[in-house]
Amino acid sequence: MSIELKVNGRSHTVDVDPATPLLYVLSDDLGVRGPKFGCGLGQCGACTVILRGRAIRSCVTPVSSAANGDITTLEGLGTAEKPHPIQRAFIDEQAAQCGFCLNGVILTAKAFLDQNPNATDAEIRQAMSGVLCRCFAHVRMFRAIRRYAARLSPGKNVGPPALIPDVCSTERAV
Amino acid sequence: MRLTPDARAALTRAGFSRREFLKDSGAFVVGFSGFSGFSGAGLADELGLAPGVMSPILAQPPRAADGQLDSWIAVGADGIVTAYTGKCELGQGMQTAQIQLIAEELGIPVGRVRLIQCDTSMTPDQGTTSGSQSHPTNFNERNLARAGASAREALVRLAAARLGVAADQLTVADGVVSVKQDASKKVTYGDLVGGRKFSVPMSPKAPRRPAREWTVLGTSVPRVDMPAMVTGELEYVHNVRVPGMLHGAVVRPPEVGATLVGVDERSVLALPGVVKVVVRKNFLGVVAEKPWQAMQAASTLKATWAPGVGLPGQASFYDYLRSQPSRDSLVVNSGDVDQTLRGGVTTMKATYFHPYQMHGSMGSSCAVADVKSGSATIWSSSQAVFGLRSAAATMLGLKTEDVRVVFARGSGCYGINGADTVSYDAALLSQAVGRPVRVQLSRRDEMAWENYGFAYVIDQRVGLDARGTIVAWDHESWSPTLGGRPGSNTPGNVVTGMLAGFQPAAFAPRTPAPEPAGGFNNGSNAAPSYVRGRVDGAAGGTGTIASERVLTHTIRSPFFTGPLRSPSRLQNTFAHESFMDEIAARVKADPVAYRLRHLSDPRLKDVVSAAATAAKWQPRPSPRPNLSRSGVASGRGIACVLYEGDNGYCALVAEVDVDQSTGRISVTRFVASQDCGPISTPDGMKNQIEGGALQGMSRALGEEVTWDGTKVTSVDWRTYRSLTLGADVPTIESVLIDRRDAEAMGAGETTITLVAAAIGNAIFDATGARIRQVPFTPDRVKAAIAARASV
Repeated sequence: MSIELKVNGRSHTVDVDPATPLLYVLSDDLGVRGPKFGCGLGQCGACTVILRGRAIRSCVTPVSSAANGDITTLEGLGTAEKPHPIQRAFIDEQAAQCGFCLNGVILTAKAFLDQNPNATDAEIRQAMSGVLCRCFAHVRMFRAIRRYAARLSPGKNVGPPALIPDVCSTERAV
Repeated sequence: MRLTPDARAALTRAGFSRREFLKDSGAFVVGFSGFSGFSGAGLADELGLAPGVMSPILAQPPRAADGQLDSWIAVGADGIVTAYTGKCELGQGMQTAQIQLIAEELGIPVGRVRLIQCDTSMTPDQGTTSGSQSHPTNFNERNLARAGASAREALVRLAAARLGVAADQLTVADGVVSVKQDASKKVTYGDLVGGRKFSVPMSPKAPRRPAREWTVLGTSVPRVDMPAMVTGELEYVHNVRVPGMLHGAVVRPPEVGATLVGVDERSVLALPGVVKVVVRKNFLGVVAEKPWQAMQAASTLKATWAPGVGLPGQASFYDYLRSQPSRDSLVVNSGDVDQTLRGGVTTMKATYFHPYQMHGSMGSSCAVADVKSGSATIWSSSQAVFGLRSAAATMLGLKTEDVRVVFARGSGCYGINGADTVSYDAALLSQAVGRPVRVQLSRRDEMAWENYGFAYVIDQRVGLDARGTIVAWDHESWSPTLGGRPGSNTPGNVVTGMLAGFQPAAFAPRTPAPEPAGGFNNGSNAAPSYVRGRVDGAAGGTGTIASERVLTHTIRSPFFTGPLRSPSRLQNTFAHESFMDEIAARVKADPVAYRLRHLSDPRLKDVVSAAATAAKWQPRPSPRPNLSRSGVASGRGIACVLYEGDNGYCALVAEVDVDQSTGRISVTRFVASQDCGPISTPDGMKNQIEGGALQGMSRALGEEVTWDGTKVTSVDWRTYRSLTLGADVPTIESVLIDRRDAEAMGAGETTITLVAAAIGNAIFDATGARIRQVPFTPDRVKAAIAARASV
């Protein structure tokens, strides 16, 4: 079956079984690297893409339901040379280890904050509650997400809140 | 022979074409010592070396042992320096750190260094990227660091000859060698070497850059891979695509030990895209044109399996371990422990339990293999490309030298996830269809069959003198093991190899244990920090207790096991540091002071003191005074370790809130102090501390492999609980102790080793309840609270 997909502003026509999860079409028919297979069960976030403004799990979304909708993947935000502000925030905070989860972390946070720019830290945390990072770079990731949130809502008080951890480091030379 | 796009780009950037690297299709990369674009004779002449010392064109891939500088470093005509390493990027930052090392030694910006990691045809065989060994292996006097120093020395000698001045009249900056007195006389690295080999051996005396003069090492250089990671541009092994590639999916047995009786191929051959059903003994898989088709076919395929072997009950598993034939080892044995414990001292004992846990990588494992009639190439995120190569060759019936394994980035691996086994899956399927095959495991297959971190049951016993000082320590542990890393021709060490008919490394019971010999080795931290560690008359431990016995029993595991981050070190340290806290409480001593009282190693004492100071630790015994027996209680705990006895000092303070009605633990603060010698990348070390602390917290609070009578039941993120990004996480403070005159040690596994003990000790401090079994689930915490002594 022929299906039209709009991925990062470009239109593609793919001929696939309409029940195929969107992730497979993006990864294997279109060669998109951002969304990743983590669990195939919608439990971890690695396959996240933004479809019609909402973060969805492409591993459990039939490609047919994404037809003609605007799909944004991680590489649709920015490039290594010109990263999107939320990608810039993750670079600035060095907020990753292996990086496999970044797709889900960044897109989930972005989709949520773009629609809820004044979200509290507890609300951000709630929004991230279905996303995993098995290297546990949580502390840095939250700093990066807050950095992006502060940019969206410059009037918001972004002082150290109760729920968001901050790292202080003492580097001692002996 | 194909390179991945990223590898090709790196080579191009380094000034080499793919053609120059490849002899012909189906043959192997000849090795960078044999680039057709290189001519060795000229440089050897310029360096004043006899032709005899030149490295020959290599028929085999180079090895670290060959001692040739060209095995490690090449300089392109554009001045780009390409370094070759057998230690790869797993997410721990080793790519960036090694680039810093080369930049520092050669006096060039990091942007002018390229790193080729773990390719059996191109890089030195440095064994496995594991055990927090990359830093000690490549940043001390040998290997990559030595290569950097040797290259700088060789370049200066070449420049001296070129410029007609003595080498000591030259200075190096930014890849340019110039005359100190006349800066107009200069020559670039590219002009000196570009397009040619060094053809010199590594120089054992080439001076290293002194740490006090570092400008690149010792600084927090941002991860070179970060921009590509955050923008989705980075190539993981999951993204490797080669022409003509098919997709495979495997069908694992329904039960542990189940054997394949029959397969009805017709059940799937009519499905779209299906190419072939592949059977090899108990290995079963399907190859299709597309991955979704392969997965659909694998789930549709009708296969008949004989029942499995049955599994020991999980509820009584720790008792089961004590009853099995075991392989016994003594780490230390002073010979007088029983006598000391009978000699009128106060004795204490306790038993600790740790479950199987899993790597549970974020992405299920993936590999691409291209097996031809006489050769194979495998793209894999294995931490052991050379071991994988030999084992894959055994499995495929090929010669080791005819198999090439190319490392490609994987989802975070903390020892041995499914990367090795899926490499065999891809190789078997590719061999069967004669085309390249990519396989990515399902979540269930990743989690049900990986090589789990070891379960443990540990008995501890001590004797105390009248002053409350420990005078004898007796440790005895039981732990199951099966398989492990492939290598040394043991493909059966992971599930695919075993299914295909190969046995895991043999298990040989041995009782009694032979007496310890050959010098002290703390046996994966089986020896506590507080004993002398006296073997062959020399004390190699970090403590003061003279009467010591550490006896370990290894049992054959019903599941595959492997080195999950801090393997055995974590489990042993949980038992040691929890027990030390129990002893301190018994004698009403402050846990920090009591540890210091039994330690002899000054650096271990320093990290303990540094963590306590940074945490504003109030000296007093645990539990805290004026305990409340209900509501939310707060407490603090500490733990410390010298990882593996010589590979990283760390102390960790944890602060927790315990909801005594629900049993829920909230960790509110970690303070870690760490001394791993000279710090190459401070922010990278902090990242490891933070990730280790939280991964340790997830493991301590919730992670446990579960099974029923026949199979593993923790097979997804609902049945195996990991802390999500939505979890409340503590603040984490890192005290980095930078000892620039010391040897480089590992930093990747220190913090995680301490987390369970530090949290357990904090729970005790808060509540007076001791929890001796990981994970600290609300039910277990509530049970411990219900069982606590009246305090």
